[in-house]
Amino acid sequence: MSDTYTLYNSTVMDHFMNPRNMGDLKDADGVGEVGAAACGDIMKISLKIREGRIEDARFKTFGCGSAIASSSMATELIKGRTIEEAMSFSNQEVVNALGGLPPVKIHCSVLAEEALKAALEDYVKRHPEAVAKPESVPA
Amino acid sequence: MRTVYLDHQSATPLLPEAFEAMRPYFTEYYGNASSLHQHGLRVREALKKARQQQAALVGAESDEEIFFTSDGTESANLAVKGVAYANERKGKHLVVSATEHPSVMNSVEFLEKQGWTCTRVPVNAEGFIQLDALRKAITPQTVLVAVHHVNHDIGSIQPIHDVGAVCAAAGIPLYVDCEASAGWLPIDVRAMGASLVSFSPHRFYGPKGVGVLYRHRRARLVSILHGGVQEGGRRAGTENIPAIVGAGVAAEVAARELSSRSAHVARLQTRLWDGLLAKVPFIKLNGPLPGPGRAPNNINISTEFIEGEGQLLLCDLHGIAVASGSSCVSKSLKISHVLAAIGLDHALAQGNLILTLGKDNTEADVDYVVETFAKIVGKLRGMSPMWDEFERGVIDSVIAPRGVGRSFSEHAAAVSGKPAH
Ligand code: FES
Repeated sequence: MSDTYTLYNSTVMDHFMNPRNMGDLKDADGVGEVGAAACGDIMKISLKIREGRIEDARFKTFGCGSAIASSSMATELIKGRTIEEAMSFSNQEVVNALGGLPPVKIHCSVLAEEALKAALEDYVKRHPEAVAKPESVPA
Repeated sequence: MRTVYLDHQSATPLLPEAFEAMRPYFTEYYGNASSLHQHGLRVREALKKARQQQAALVGAESDEEIFFTSDGTESANLAVKGVAYANERKGKHLVVSATEHPSVMNSVEFLEKQGWTCTRVPVNAEGFIQLDALRKAITPQTVLVAVHHVNHDIGSIQPIHDVGAVCAAAGIPLYVDCEASAGWLPIDVRAMGASLVSFSPHRFYGPKGVGVLYRHRRARLVSILHGGVQEGGRRAGTENIPAIVGAGVAAEVAARELSSRSAHVARLQTRLWDGLLAKVPFIKLNGPLPGPGRAPNNINISTEFIEGEGQLLLCDLHGIAVASGSSCVSKSLKISHVLAAIGLDHALAQGNLILTLGKDNTEADVDYVVETFAKIVGKLRGMSPMWDEFERGVIDSVIAPRGVGRSFSEHAAAVSGKPAH
């Protein structure tokens, strides 16, 4: 396969061809679905959250190769993180972990960040107590 | 792994006989056609013969009506800008179809920034130009009408003789882009009533690096490349002699084999579309049905609920080379303007794939493509939130609506907060 040329680097191609965490989660605690204004694509991330931590994550993507790879990588990266940590997740982390994306494809990784945050928002909406600051919690 | 090349619209393999003919012009006959010595005079002869070969392919009256450029883009730029500038005093209005190639569209946009105006004539859902609208678009200030012969995306064959008659009646020069038809459909520049016609030999087994522009001897055209007096002063620059020689051979063979090549790809085209339709649910052919209205080598499909770049990449990983008009494939993140002009739903434009057949494709190739593509679609739909939402009745199909759920576009707008294109 050494004479095979690829549009993306080998990490991106691997995540595109063998996506991790593809699918839906039964009884997800938070689901986020967002569309890219730029190209019109859609990404959905589902989260399983236990004791303030992301226990499991799944994605489904209607989009280009880099969008599929970005969602695969994003779900890998966020598993095990606390909600607070996940709230500050940035697409740059996805880009770095993927070893870079072409400039025109950066927005696909933004889609992954947005889908994750939408899923977290959904969770918080359902569980407002989860993010209540400790000092505001009645003793 | 089988490899199936289905992107003949982008490039074709060079004919071995064309390659052989080119070879000595790199190393032995390297003279410049502008030189007055033996080396120059020899290649001048070759240049003349190559013009005759191109003239014969498109029914030009004389080889003096054939100009060589570097490619189709340059030909289109020369045709549009060269005619506009030459007739500037007569008027500054242009008429083009809404589905011209980007090299025509962007040349027109360039002129618009300099004070020209342009009317883009709409096409119908199959991509055919509306003749009534064309007639109405022409004004006393119009100096050029540009309509392609075959659409580069969806293969529609324009009623080009009718377009020619409209232009002749109005006395306006007509430029016909034959980039997607030359070598595959018979072309008669005189019967078309064309003042200018462009085509590229690399679409019919000639080399890249050369384009052909036919110009009727009475059509006014000024140069847009300034330098020496090559090509009758209308295209300065040293001629790419090896490519021009190879292109001549390709034109000669294309003229000879045109009907058998077309019949061959037309058979495969029907087999391909019938096969895809039978194996892949929720798929749509864009452009006219295979037959007299469609170029015999083009299939343009939209597969619902999945995006085109993923389809293209997975096809490539299975040895199948195709193109796509999805926004994710384009550097500008816009769907093909042709798909927009035929009013294709954005969701379907996103799932677009363009397959162009060639003389060396076989029935076994086509069967492999159908079988492989069905698997690819299954894999991508399995990853698509849209497919799942369709199955759960949240969104409806555009191709075969069930009357359940909202449209993809409504859904996309709802989740992105912005309307899709
Ligand atoms: S999702 Fe459309 S370009 Fe990546």
